[in-house]
Amino acid sequence: MYLKDELLNAIEKEALVGRGGAAFPVARKWRRIRDLQKPKKYVVCNASEGEPDVSKDFFLLEHYPVEVFKGMLLTMDFLQTKEGYFYINKNYYQALQAKIDPLLEFCRQRGYLINLFKEEPTYIGGETGALLNSIEGKKVQPRYKNPSPSVLGIFGAPVLLHNVETFYDVACVATDKFEQTRLTTISGDGLSQPGVFRVKNEQSVSDILRQTDNLPDFDFFVQVGGGAAGEVLTSAQAETAILSGSGSIRVFPRTISPYSFLKNLFAFYTRESCGKCSPCRDGSWQLLQLLTGLNEESELPWERFSPIIKIMDKGSFCNLGKSIALPVRSYADNILGIKV
Amino acid sequence: MSKIVTVYIDGQPYQAEEGQNLLQIALANQVDIPHLCHHPDLPADHNCRLCLVKHEGEVSTSCEIQAREGLRIETKDAEIQELRTENLKLILASHLEKCPKCQKQLPCPAAGLMKKYGVTSEEYRRKMLDLSVHKMSNAAEFDPNLCVRCGLCVSACANIGINFLKLEGKSSDAHLTHSQNPKVDCIYCGQCTVSCPVGAIREQSHLEEVEAVLADPEKIVIVQMAPSVRASIGEEFALEPGINLEKKMFTALRRLGFDKIFDVNMGADITTMVEAEELAERLRQKFAGEKPSLPMFTSCCPGWVKFLEFYYPELISHLTTARSPHIHSGAAYKTWWAQKAGIDPNRIVVVSLMPCTSKKYEADMDKLTFEFAGYKLKPVDLVLTTRETAALLKKHQLDLPNLPESEADLEGEYSGAAAIYGASGGVMESALRTTAHLLTGQELPKVDLQEVRGMKGIKKATIKIGEQEIRVAVVATPRNARNILEKIKRGVEEYDYIEFMACPGGCIGGGGQPLQGTAETIKKRIAALYTIDAEKKVRRAHENPVVQEFLAFVKADPSLAEKILYTTYSAKNKFE
Repeated sequence: MYLKDELLNAIEKEALVGRGGAAFPVARKWRRIRDLQKPKKYVVCNASEGEPDVSKDFFLLEHYPVEVFKGMLLTMDFLQTKEGYFYINKNYYQALQAKIDPLLEFCRQRGYLINLFKEEPTYIGGETGALLNSIEGKKVQPRYKNPSPSVLGIFGAPVLLHNVETFYDVACVATDKFEQTRLTTISGDGLSQPGVFRVKNEQSVSDILRQTDNLPDFDFFVQVGGGAAGEVLTSAQAETAILSGSGSIRVFPRTISPYSFLKNLFAFYTRESCGKCSPCRDGSWQLLQLLTGLNEESELPWERFSPIIKIMDKGSFCNLGKSIALPVRSYADNILGIKV
Repeated sequence: MSKIVTVYIDGQPYQAEEGQNLLQIALANQVDIPHLCHHPDLPADHNCRLCLVKHEGEVSTSCEIQAREGLRIETKDAEIQELRTENLKLILASHLEKCPKCQKQLPCPAAGLMKKYGVTSEEYRRKMLDLSVHKMSNAAEFDPNLCVRCGLCVSACANIGINFLKLEGKSSDAHLTHSQNPKVDCIYCGQCTVSCPVGAIREQSHLEEVEAVLADPEKIVIVQMAPSVRASIGEEFALEPGINLEKKMFTALRRLGFDKIFDVNMGADITTMVEAEELAERLRQKFAGEKPSLPMFTSCCPGWVKFLEFYYPELISHLTTARSPHIHSGAAYKTWWAQKAGIDPNRIVVVSLMPCTSKKYEADMDKLTFEFAGYKLKPVDLVLTTRETAALLKKHQLDLPNLPESEADLEGEYSGAAAIYGASGGVMESALRTTAHLLTGQELPKVDLQEVRGMKGIKKATIKIGEQEIRVAVVATPRNARNILEKIKRGVEEYDYIEFMACPGGCIGGGGQPLQGTAETIKKRIAALYTIDAEKKVRRAHENPVVQEFLAFVKADPSLAEKILYTTYSAKNKFE
């Protein structure tokens, strides 16, 4: 098993990236925090998983909890710290308590103080700044970009934060079992095998659907990457597209009406906006209002969506509000042939 | 000292400290960038997203860009204008129909932005939450359905150390509310109302009532202006802070139709006399080896008094029993002056112009009413904030800066000691000038007490009066008050006399003052007050002939003196 510097080198060689969605190089994060002269550092595991259509972290905690905790302890050893947080979606904890509690106790007995933090499940709760605020007892809202959590994370100390899958990958690298794969969550009505699958990093979306026996026998399009925030692609584009973000693939029948598709999307943003900044908070709600009174057959008021999408994209405080532009624009452009 | 760098805004070079944000730099140099959630003295939250500019071809909020050498931003780009406008439409959806300040034409930053960007607030409908307007006693109020959730009021409330206001809920349900904690209550200081950019949190207006009494021929309407108002009201007329408009104000008030122009400063001299007598008495007892309630606390700030009555009721006995200046003078008009002028006191209406919202709460206190000439009378009937006063003048097309000067009526005469009541440390200084006289029969060797002046939240000094050393402290904001009170309770620090004010800098930084004042603005206003004092011939309350005449009148009737010079205090519950 690789430890400390060897492990860092191995991680760098395998080009491990964060699996929370941002794909930040793991080795860079490790080195940056290791080099800080701070008396205290925290390692935090993000098991919030608030994106719709993503359940890979649940899958890992259900089937590979030992590996996830092993990854966490290896990271703590690397940083020479004994303190950490296991930040988990409350519903996940309820379902997985029997697996998680003994592991926390195991860590405790070996002198690793990993605090359990049960989160009220929200989308924004998994955003780094909001997550750290939540641990500090502050409002669950994203933070200003400076200083970075790697420098000032919680209680004045730097935080090394990874997603569940990233810690799992760290454990795999340490034991030479990492094979350049990642997890995907496949969902959608009418699929034969929806669920979580292990796939190769460079595999195309259509290939993944084929290999997992999920290629639909109906006309379809896909939304790929970050759940509701993912990019919308035609089945033809899916032949070459590579999995991104948190690895979700959602399949939609071509027959779904623009009204239904957008209503779902706008409702997600309206529900999950943290309420901090006006473009996201007010924009998402106004978008949903623009659908009031319309139905499956209605012509949609794209000219009214457009300025709201634009201010959300360019003006939102965090990536949640900004992220609405990608699904709306790619859906309009790729599926409907409309420029927004 | 940070490094000085050159940044370029629309091609123009500006010097700034490295790391300073571009919005601050632009505002400091009169470059217009719209904003609602920024205040130079409060932590940045970056939530209104209005201060958009272009930086390296990308759209960004200027409050999030930090200055470095050669950095360039564009503020006038067409895309930027379009985005700002759209955002303003979203933020202010349904604003106009709900805003009483818009309807009364009270000053408001959002109203200016709406005009500038051609936003009517009717572009979008706002999500109305099932929440009612919350009244902070009779002082202020907030309407969650008008709030744009910028959080400035929450920060202002936290900043002074109260934490009554908070934002709750997520997404479009995010709303302004107050703490449910039974041990946390509002003290009516109104700092929140100064910071609100949209009029969602504001004073409870008395404008309509004032106009009604002015139009009523049966009423004798007396107006009295607090020390601070004259040094700040110019800001509402686009003048620099710290220009004393006292004499122009007297003209304006006469033109508005007030029957008598008196001055809260005269009341401040009464308060100084009453309070100094009590302090001198408590000190004499102490020197004689008795145990009077010391330190004595000032009580002229109703926000501070509410703070003590709610958070530290066990220390109530330390408060001076003297009433506050406008309450003293209000009762003086309705007794002494009414008798002198041969006017039925029941016809008199007293209107105070105050830099304060808690003075509205104070004026309405039942405990301050008194019986005289067969009537039950209130010392003060109505209170206008500085902002309301300016709105009233504007409504009547009175262009204050260009009015001729005039004097107050005779009974408005005051000493320099009264003028400085508006500044933190001023009450202390005035009271000590007179206490020294009462204890020693002589004046202090130096009339100016520099030790108790300035913007520091806690000022401590030892003042020599005769052979005795008097330990004093001057404290502004509840945050600092807690600090000192805890030390007193634990016996770590000892004092003889402490002045407390709820607002930063004292009344001059009050909750009724022009919107969005900053520490810098307050400093300039304070300088104006000390200039008034320095230029006065009479600098001590006990040398004011009007006050001497009034006190001779009232002390001839001890039961009347008891009713209109002194007050009592009691422990307060939440919302009381």
